[in-house]
Amino acid sequence: MNRSGKRTWGKTAVGVLLTGIMLFPVYWMLNVSFTRDQDMRKSPPDLFPVHGTLAGYRTVLDEQLPYLGTSLVIGLGTVVLTVALSAPAGYALAKLRPRGGGVLNFLLLAAQMIPGIILAMGFYAIYLQLGLLQSVPGLIVADSTLAVPFAVLIFTAFMSGIPGELLQAAKTDGAGPLRTFWSIVLPMSRNAVVTVSLFAFLWSWSDFVFAGTLVNGGAHEPITLGIYHYIGNNNQEWNAIMATAVVASLPAAVILVLAQRYVAAGVTAGAVKD
Amino acid sequence: MSHTTEVPHRRPTPGHSGAGPTTPPRARRRPGSQQFAAWAFLAPVTLYLVLFYAYPLYRNIDLSLRNYTVRSFVQGDAPFTGVENYRTVFDDPTFAPALLHTVVFTAVCLVFQYVIGLALAVFFNQHFRLSATLRALFLVPWLLPLIVSASTWSWMLNSESGVVNALLGAVGVDQVNWLTSPSWSLTSVIIANIWIGVPFNLVVLYSGLQSVPAALYEAAALDGAGAWRRFWSITFPLLRPVSAITLLLGLVYTLKVFDIIWIMTKGGPADSSTTFATWSYQLGFGNLVPAFGPGAAVGNLLVVAALVFGLVYVRVQRKQALS
Repeated sequence: MNRSGKRTWGKTAVGVLLTGIMLFPVYWMLNVSFTRDQDMRKSPPDLFPVHGTLAGYRTVLDEQLPYLGTSLVIGLGTVVLTVALSAPAGYALAKLRPRGGGVLNFLLLAAQMIPGIILAMGFYAIYLQLGLLQSVPGLIVADSTLAVPFAVLIFTAFMSGIPGELLQAAKTDGAGPLRTFWSIVLPMSRNAVVTVSLFAFLWSWSDFVFAGTLVNGGAHEPITLGIYHYIGNNNQEWNAIMATAVVASLPAAVILVLAQRYVAAGVTAGAVKD
Repeated sequence: MSHTTEVPHRRPTPGHSGAGPTTPPRARRRPGSQQFAAWAFLAPVTLYLVLFYAYPLYRNIDLSLRNYTVRSFVQGDAPFTGVENYRTVFDDPTFAPALLHTVVFTAVCLVFQYVIGLALAVFFNQHFRLSATLRALFLVPWLLPLIVSASTWSWMLNSESGVVNALLGAVGVDQVNWLTSPSWSLTSVIIANIWIGVPFNLVVLYSGLQSVPAALYEAAALDGAGAWRRFWSITFPLLRPVSAITLLLGLVYTLKVFDIIWIMTKGGPADSSTTFATWSYQLGFGNLVPAFGPGAAVGNLLVVAALVFGLVYVRVQRKQALS
């Protein structure tokens, strides 16, 4: 008993060490974000922010708030659009057995395989003609393509698990498909809605390809472009760059802490994105 | 209603059993009205697929078959030139290196992500204290915005002030120009991308391990098989279906990696880390005079490659679902 107890602690120690190695870049981002300008090029670099400064974060507050706001709006917009499109589709595919549903499923899978830059070029050509370049709604639509196929997949898988007797009972009581969907299927699919919303938000928040192609140089740029401009301008204030990166990572951190089981479920269920 | 129609015995493709009007339980359900309802629910997403996937793809094919300039891009009167753009791309001196880099990048990333992911999955499957928490922390690199990961790695790999060179210097290795020397740039983006891809492999392979019956291990242990032996004769063979799925999906997703490379090196220096994905973007958006046609042509080659492997993935997955 005692021996096996010791063994697990040994494994825990190895696990902590491995996690430490894996997360070192994240630690380094934090460390650099607190480093003073004059210490930035020190050799060897300080492993801890011994002369910690908040100057980087002050710069974020001064310069990056509009970008963060834009990202928030775009993220929420993408969530709403994604759920509105894919929840009904998931219901139909899971429960209504549409003719041709298999083909649609296949197309959704194929859609996930298309590289983002290809879609970005297509969107660019279309938006140029429609005058939708550098517009927030345009970027929301483009960002939603990151999540919609995945979301339909999740909703279909989840809603397949809702007992058929329940829907049958609703039907016997005279509820049409719309009513059934709205008052039974959707409330029961809360977990799927949460999973889909989390991923849709995270992906649109993290999007760089569509933002860089479709709204670059516009009045409303998301935080990913904020960081990119920092690097691109050959900015040497790495504490400000890394502080922005830390702030841009907050949604990921919040999601990991509050909704970890949804994340793991999403990764394995859809096995999407890497 | 008739959800999973009482498991049809050995009927081919269970998924199709509900599609035809021949299945008894459906016949009395007035399939007509239900079909109408089903497609009413599917209409938005179908329209969406046509407008925002099919049409951009079509526009991209159209771009690759015409001689577009910025002016004709706006006016839409670019002359049709057939496969001229594709010929330009094939004859381009960047073609061979881009192809080579794409293959090397994809293969090396896949191998390392899979091996590291599998090793970690087996390790975490031992359920020691804190294992669930630590496993969750491993998700962080995967959740971070790519621009965050890429810029952090850029600074870590900086020649003069990067922590990587500082650590190497401490053990007597000379300064490596990770991002600015043509012989190291591809290695640098591969390292960063492996770091990002390990969590995905870990999570999927770990969930695959959960379906390996513990009794098998106990029996093998009784027979005196060591840990190494048990891995090769039980874990690895039983994980084969999950491994196939993981690797195929990883392949499709690694082929289209763009952000990391673009942010860290822009495909340079001198095309030394250019892949099809970055080359396509470089042609279309990265130069002062955009070459939309050739850019779209390169992109379409990438789409074809991704879809071919995507089809293999779908086949494998379907075969697994049936067996």
